[in-house]
Amino acid sequence: MRAGRAFAITLRHLYLLRGSVSRIVPVFAWVTIDMILWGFITRYLHTISLPGSDVGTALLAAVVCWGFFGRVMHGVNMAFFEDVWSRNFLNLFTTPLSITEYIAGLAASSVLTSLVALSVLLTMSSWLFDLSLLTHGPAMAILLLTLFLFGIALGIASCTLALRFGPPAEWFIWPIPAIIAPFVGVFYPISILPGWMQGVGRCLPPTSAFAHLRALVTGTGVPLVSTLPALGLALAWLILAGLLFCGVYRSVMRSGLIARYSAEHIT
Amino acid sequence: MLHQPVLSVSGLRKAYAGKTAVDNISFMVRRGEVVGLLGPNGAGKTTTLNMILGVLGPDQGQVLIDGLDLAQHRHTAMERINFAAVYAPLPGNLTVEQNLRIFGMLYGIGRKNLTARIKELTALFGLEKFRATRCGVLSSGEQTRASLAKAMLNAPRLLLLDEPTASLDPAVARDIRASIKDYAAGGGGALWTSHNMQEVAAVCDRVLFLSQGRIVLEGDPATLPQAHGADDLEELFIRVAKEPLRPERAGD
Repeated sequence: MRAGRAFAITLRHLYLLRGSVSRIVPVFAWVTIDMILWGFITRYLHTISLPGSDVGTALLAAVVCWGFFGRVMHGVNMAFFEDVWSRNFLNLFTTPLSITEYIAGLAASSVLTSLVALSVLLTMSSWLFDLSLLTHGPAMAILLLTLFLFGIALGIASCTLALRFGPPAEWFIWPIPAIIAPFVGVFYPISILPGWMQGVGRCLPPTSAFAHLRALVTGTGVPLVSTLPALGLALAWLILAGLLFCGVYRSVMRSGLIARYSAEHIT
Repeated sequence: MLHQPVLSVSGLRKAYAGKTAVDNISFMVRRGEVVGLLGPNGAGKTTTLNMILGVLGPDQGQVLIDGLDLAQHRHTAMERINFAAVYAPLPGNLTVEQNLRIFGMLYGIGRKNLTARIKELTALFGLEKFRATRCGVLSSGEQTRASLAKAMLNAPRLLLLDEPTASLDPAVARDIRASIKDYAAGGGGALWTSHNMQEVAAVCDRVLFLSQGRIVLEGDPATLPQAHGADDLEELFIRVAKEPLRPERAGD
């Protein structure tokens, strides 16, 4: 793998961001809106909840982390769909670019945009609503890393759908975070879910991450070692998503679908 | 080194849902040679190009690019090849220079060399004043020239051109033909598809006629029409399109 080629994919995304307000604004606009909305909801909850209850704090922390996760996933998707929308696959995949270099480039594009979103979220939550997540130490860092890795994995997996089923699959991809949110217990422990939903939730790394988040912000504390299985699970998802993307890529290269996506207008 | 094969296609076959698109074709492109791949719509030209580019897997057969088996050495082979087609324009939301820089990096060209190469190619294709212009707002002729500049970035040993001058005004088309002839004179090999037979006669050293997925005629565009009782290449093309011939090769 040559880093220069992966960087070319990231550079393409940076060029697009640099020249377009409509691409820059969504990087932080939606997370800002969520932050403000949920910030005031939690402030209101503080006024009506029992003394000593930290429900509002836990909710706001979940909003920060879920917003970050969504930006990571959509960061991968956006970089990928820029190539779909500009019918660029034929030009790209007739260069020496390997599929691992391409995936690495997409992931690096997402790192840049999601770090901007995370900075906005952390600054606003601390400045406006007195919630400072970074004071929770290495456990919080591992939790964020878990969400980051799973966001990349889900981004790659959802791009695989578009690669296999063509550009119209785009409309199944954007709602994916909203679809998995109930299963992973972003705002509640999954013990309140029906058994089958708990089963699905346990397979998804954010479930543990959000359980640990609640424990951290309510002062229960989380041993560092207990955050590691979720990190390992996220890594496994990432490897699986990468393998799936590579397999489907090989298949669409054999079948000629990749050339058709470039030659045909998107309907 | 001139006249060594830069592309060898042997026994290439592809069928879609039981319908044969390319049927056991074999041919070569040598260094310094521009070969025209001709045929009516649906003859199998783009399918053949896609298999050479590695974006479509053949059912049978082998593609050697500069002696490298595409199936086994795809990435090295791709460093030695490039292409331009009207249906694969450069992304319209980036400038000419940004596009060329990104593709140059994908072809592994170093930063200093790339800057010089972009300058050289934008001058060659008359794009200097459009370097900072987004490709999407260029005219179709300017977009084609930008695609050709991309296709020349890595100084490819094999250039695949799918109707590169379609919808261009005659002056631009003439300049592009001259650029391709210069490229071939420098030792590159090119495979050129076009429906403009006058252009093919002017630019190609050899032509291959495809019909129903098979090569039915092959030879020098200057002598092939007379050898088959046609006045010119266009008349021969129309005849091949209407009444598919049995495969034969030059000298048969």
